[in-house]
Amino acid sequence: MASEARIDSRMAEFSRRRSRFENLVTFFRRYPVFPVFIILVLAVAAIFAPLLSSHDPERAENYDDNEVAPFWYEDGSTRYILGTDYLGRDVLTRMIHGARISLLVAFAVLGISGIIGTAVGLISGYFGGTIDEIIMRFVDLTLAVPFILVALVVGIVLDVSLTTVVILLVMFFWNGFARQVRAETLQLKTADYVSLATVAGSSAVRIMYKHILPGVFSTVIVIATLTVGVVILVESILSFLGVGVPAPTPTWGAMISDGRNYLATGWWMAFFPGLAILFTVLAFNFFGDWLRDELDPRLRQIE
Amino acid sequence: MARFLGRRFVYSIGVFIATSIIVFGLSRVAGDPRHLFLTEYTTTETWDAWGREYGLDRPFIVQYVIWMGKAVRGDFGNSLTHHINARQVIQERFPATLQLTVSSFIGAMVIGVPLGVLSAVQRGTVADYVGRTWALLGQALPPYWLGVMMVLLFAVQWDLLPSYGRGDWKHFVLPTVTLAWGSASAILRLTRAAMLEVLDSEFVKFARSKGATQRSVIWRHALRNALIAPLTFSGLVLAGFMTGTVVTETIFAWPGLGRLAVQAVNANDFPVLTGVVLAVTAIYLGVNLIIDLTYAIVDPRIRLS
Repeated sequence: MASEARIDSRMAEFSRRRSRFENLVTFFRRYPVFPVFIILVLAVAAIFAPLLSSHDPERAENYDDNEVAPFWYEDGSTRYILGTDYLGRDVLTRMIHGARISLLVAFAVLGISGIIGTAVGLISGYFGGTIDEIIMRFVDLTLAVPFILVALVVGIVLDVSLTTVVILLVMFFWNGFARQVRAETLQLKTADYVSLATVAGSSAVRIMYKHILPGVFSTVIVIATLTVGVVILVESILSFLGVGVPAPTPTWGAMISDGRNYLATGWWMAFFPGLAILFTVLAFNFFGDWLRDELDPRLRQIE
Repeated sequence: MARFLGRRFVYSIGVFIATSIIVFGLSRVAGDPRHLFLTEYTTTETWDAWGREYGLDRPFIVQYVIWMGKAVRGDFGNSLTHHINARQVIQERFPATLQLTVSSFIGAMVIGVPLGVLSAVQRGTVADYVGRTWALLGQALPPYWLGVMMVLLFAVQWDLLPSYGRGDWKHFVLPTVTLAWGSASAILRLTRAAMLEVLDSEFVKFARSKGATQRSVIWRHALRNALIAPLTFSGLVLAGFMTGTVVTETIFAWPGLGRLAVQAVNANDFPVLTGVVLAVTAIYLGVNLIIDLTYAIVDPRIRLS
């Protein structure tokens, strides 16, 4: 009797543990735990960058400390965890400050593109007819203009700064929002509550703002999240080609571009910033997919 | 079909004009365009002659027409670094880019399509996991970083492949992989999705019930229909290559148009840069028209609409 009871209690203990483990697995499957974790780490890094590292991201403290290896090498030092670059600047510090630029650019670009694109999409979809035709032809045109080449022309003509990079990227990201919002507006404007509002005498602006905008809002959020990765990638390509945010401001793309000249002596300069881009983009893509499924399952077909 | 192609043609012209207006506009935003087109060692006579030739005292629209008229005839002005007409520089560099894009396009198709098919047919196997992981990484991995890391491994570490320049087949490997990487993963994703859909369709079931072998069902019946998706996508692959060649050629010092563009930016060689931008845009649009024409012929739904 006694032993049976003991076995029973151990079985119960076992199944409880097992189910706890299973719960954990389901939890990880159901919610984007790792992506959110990475995004949080990035956000903390971006916001508190100066507090996280005592090194100067733009200037070396000691010029003899150039090309120091990461700490696990014999000639490395824990002072510079991921080593230093060809000028003696701490790679990890520059990456943390680089996260700042990447996220800042992504949020600025998607914020502005989202507002412009939503406004244009609402107008185009709500009024329809000639206005719609003209706007959509224009959107089609802007979608086909070769972005990187235009960016190179901008790079030669103007002094590139954070602002020009953001403006340039907005020019090529607003149209995605416009298209999608227009498509949704076309559907929503046939809804009964919109017709009722029209009958009740609401103005066009009021209907768009009060009755249609809330309906397309989740779509806008989903598109924005799914586009963060692309914006970060494109921004890094601009930096890599030398037409992004200018030096000495640390950006991931520029770090890889600088590092590729020192591959034989210091692989870490180009390696770690690329890894940062990879994980950031993956995290935002996964998080965006999850958000889409949660908020807006209709979008699932659109890839 | 004529109407479909006619519309595509007008659209292509529209895109070209839009691009040229952006380039022209940018050249005038910075002030006197002569600062961009001429070096500081120019004599006053050339300076004034250039102004007269390009109608700088006349309205913008006239200036645009003059500039554009010269550009479509291949006259982009003299290169500031090469001291010959920019068109010649571009013509010299064009074959290298053509080789690289063709080899990458073939590479992307040859790897992406079969892997997509395998991934769809043998779900849950190693091929499927390789395919799906690649499909995921293709979107997130910065292609230029991949190129740099391959140089680190194959050129610096193991000394197997050359890391720069153009020569025998060995020189093609790293640039081709770098350029084809993203497109191959996109083609893989598309082929996989299309294949899964087609394998579920009636005519495939019919072929099966007729007694066709698994191999014949997949490669003869299903793939033929599934191929329309990646073919339609090849226009976008080319669009990706426009960015890709600039990046890839920069990494591997490949003497093509992309590297020329970046060099032109660094040397402030505006005539060459505008030439490259307009030439590449025109080539891209032209090839896209040919693609439209091909699948209008292949797919009766487009031909007859």
